[in-house]
Amino acid sequence: MIQASKIYKSFKDTPVLKDVSASFDKGKTNLIIGQSGSGKTVFLKCLLGLHGIDQGSISYDGTELDKMTPQERIQLRQDIGMVFQGSALFDSMSVEENIMFPMQMLTNKSEGEIRDRANTVINRVNLIDANTKLPSEISGGMQKRVAIARAIVMNPKYLFCDEPNSGLDPKTSIIIDNLIQEITEEYQITTVINTHDMNSVMEIGQKIIFLENGTKAWEGDKEEIFSTDNKSVSDFVYSSKLFKRVRTAYLNKRKD
Amino acid sequence: MGFATRQSVILEFAPTFISVIMAGKVGSYITSSIGTMRVTEQIDALEVMGINTYNYLIFPKIVALLFYPFVITIAMFLGVFGGYVACVYGGFSSSEEFIEGIQMDFIPFHVTYSFVKTFLFALLLATIPSYHGYFLKGGALDVGKASTTSFVWTSVAIIVVNYIITQILLT
Repeated sequence: MIQASKIYKSFKDTPVLKDVSASFDKGKTNLIIGQSGSGKTVFLKCLLGLHGIDQGSISYDGTELDKMTPQERIQLRQDIGMVFQGSALFDSMSVEENIMFPMQMLTNKSEGEIRDRANTVINRVNLIDANTKLPSEISGGMQKRVAIARAIVMNPKYLFCDEPNSGLDPKTSIIIDNLIQEITEEYQITTVINTHDMNSVMEIGQKIIFLENGTKAWEGDKEEIFSTDNKSVSDFVYSSKLFKRVRTAYLNKRKD
Repeated sequence: MGFATRQSVILEFAPTFISVIMAGKVGSYITSSIGTMRVTEQIDALEVMGINTYNYLIFPKIVALLFYPFVITIAMFLGVFGGYVACVYGGFSSSEEFIEGIQMDFIPFHVTYSFVKTFLFALLLATIPSYHGYFLKGGALDVGKASTTSFVWTSVAIIVVNYIITQILLT
């Protein structure tokens, strides 16, 4: 479980996060949603320790990030998997080498064991015939799968995804969302996903935190988001006519 | 002719001019490769994995550039040889005169001075472009800007260090 309490973060004199508290549960897909510029990515990077925080505390399974020794931090980093918005695959390495890389750098396993483990996760994310290809030779959806495979290859306790389906078509987005949810439940990982894709919210939002102008404006799950009377959330989630219709239909069905 | 060629090549042309050229070739490559890794979040990915990014990205470049004096040795040989070819086949001096000039008033410390400079230039060539790439902010356009900036600053640093080291060792 990851606990963030009363987080404040500003860049120069511009406050980005103001008094944000949230907890992210193990074995669940925890979503952070909000408009562009609402502070989602900064919050995610604060949770990861890539940005320092001005006030507040972040703890991983009860241990505060700021009070960890450098050794504990290194250990924590090895328990974290991250899927970046642009996949962040290493250009000069093949798909298989990208996935093997964390194990080569951080473990003492033999080359054979590393290759076996890499092939296991490659199969898990359904990457077919792509082992020797370079990231530039595969599609965006496949790049995301490689990024997910690389993120889970070290058996992480925590998985962070920054807009995992940005730039993907709706069908591929759903496949990626479902893959993340399956992996989360299968390996009992604490997963935090940063998104503004409403399909993801409806599909895998087991816990949802809504950020608005750097503050937490709402918290709930994908069922509660249909019935919320919070205007900010409603305006954001149901900004399209399609989602408004879906909501109306859902609420009418519940009345019946 | 031989004397002038030897002195100019060993003292300045090989170590300093080649280093300025290398600032454009190697320096720009280092800045743009590390800078691209920064803007595409590959450095963030390394950090999240718990990998020391300075050690992984910058340290090998510093180690590699410590072999830079070998390049300068080749440059010295080719520079003097080029001078010989130009002088002899251009009809400016005879082969014997040129070789005699090369051997005239030779001070071995000038070679030491040249290699001391070369080591310092190697450190500048590895660190300044790495700094500009590593701490780059922005997008693809800024990678190009950072490459230009790193070339300018590396060249300036090479010229300033050249002046300082010459004052220290040769006056």
